[in-house]
Amino acid sequence: MNEIPVIINRLSQSFLLNCRLFILTLLFALPLGMLIAFGSMSRFRPLRWVMRTFVWVIRGTPLMLQLIVIFFGPGLLNMSFSWPNGEAGRFTAAVVAFVINYACYFSEIYRGGIESVPVGQYEAGLVLGMTKRQIFFNVTLLQVVKRILPPIGNEVITLVKDTALARIIANKEIIMMAGEYSNKGLIWPLFATGIYFLVFVGALTILLDWLEKKLGYFRV
Amino acid sequence: MAFLEVQGIEKCFGNLKVLNKIDFSLEKGEVIAIIGSSGSGKTTLLRCLNFLERPDKGRIIVNNKVIFDASDPTTQRESEVRKKRLHFGLVFQNFNLFPQYTVLKNVTLAAELLARERPDFKQEKKAILKEIQERGKLLLSQVGLSDKLDYYPHMISGGQQQRVAIARALALEPDILCFDEPTSALDPELTGEVLKVIKNLAERNTTMIIVTHEMDFARDVADRVIFMDDGVIVEQGPPEEVFGNPKEERTKQFLTRYNKN
Repeated sequence: MNEIPVIINRLSQSFLLNCRLFILTLLFALPLGMLIAFGSMSRFRPLRWVMRTFVWVIRGTPLMLQLIVIFFGPGLLNMSFSWPNGEAGRFTAAVVAFVINYACYFSEIYRGGIESVPVGQYEAGLVLGMTKRQIFFNVTLLQVVKRILPPIGNEVITLVKDTALARIIANKEIIMMAGEYSNKGLIWPLFATGIYFLVFVGALTILLDWLEKKLGYFRV
Repeated sequence: MAFLEVQGIEKCFGNLKVLNKIDFSLEKGEVIAIIGSSGSGKTTLLRCLNFLERPDKGRIIVNNKVIFDASDPTTQRESEVRKKRLHFGLVFQNFNLFPQYTVLKNVTLAAELLARERPDFKQEKKAILKEIQERGKLLLSQVGLSDKLDYYPHMISGGQQQRVAIARALALEPDILCFDEPTSALDPELTGEVLKVIKNLAERNTTMIIVTHEMDFARDVADRVIFMDDGVIVEQGPPEEVFGNPKEERTKQFLTRYNKN
């Protein structure tokens, strides 16, 4: 019986890996998605084509497969690059795969958001002598943020649960940890992992609702 | 030479010629109304004047300075276009107010951004911004919206929004103020308040080009009326002549059709 606190402690420890992966993915994927979005809206056709193909490939294949390719690819292809040994390497590879995957999803949300701002807003800025940069930062951006907040929130919540996929390349995240117990015949830790995700997503939901309310003072 | 000279403007969208050899001039303090059916090129003409479209041919001269010449690329540099735009103001059919800013901020935003380019902005920041604020408030009181300074666009009526848009366009003190069907998106009972504001501006000798479907208003406020059809200026003259005694057959047809509705 006194095993319970030990198990909970180990589950919590392993959930930290999920949290780290979640935060690092957002930190890099949110801005990278912006770059991809601008690329896929570029007037320079080859760039636009490359970016849209890239987004198609990444969104069109399972994240699980991408994790495997990114982690094992360099070794199998005899590339000069290789991931660091051990835990650090597995975790870094997972972050890279997650960032690329989520940046592509974010980029499409950004693109939709930017394209949904009426062209009249842009023209109103132009005739008032604003530069394109000023129009983007002072007129368009906040309207885009307001529009994309709900779909971004959706992706962010999906990301929380997707972090469990990192175990495919042997990252000891919470479900992998719980799986070790269930292999030994102890099933409740697996169920307990659900509570961690629920609490995390609950907190996120409150934060997202708060942000939406903050932007509720105007209408687009 | 007149204050504004528009010479031989032509504009095609693909194979469709929307403006064909447009010539007209405008004196300082004069009000021109442009009438004509939808698709006759009125809006495109205003957009050309505001550099939202680039004419394929022709010249635009303001105050004896060629600000656009289709055959001279040096007049079309992006960096200068921004400044040249400021000769003109444009009030849109759909207002296009910035939804995330208050009424006052809508009016002052562009002026504040422009002020940053002034060499004395860093030292005089407070005074400059205060002056812009005061001017914004004054303009809003002129359009009768002193009590709405802190409202957001979605909280006020369409007519009020359009009056904010007029104040916003005036904030940068354009030489020529253009209106693109300013009352077309409004409920009939709201058009009056907007027209009244424009009439007020006319009485204060604001130089204006007004594209409108309000014939009575055009007749009342304009010094000169231009009738456009199929991308050409069919007829222009004082309102009494164009409305009272049109020379061209197409003008007569248009006005008869209009009176029937």
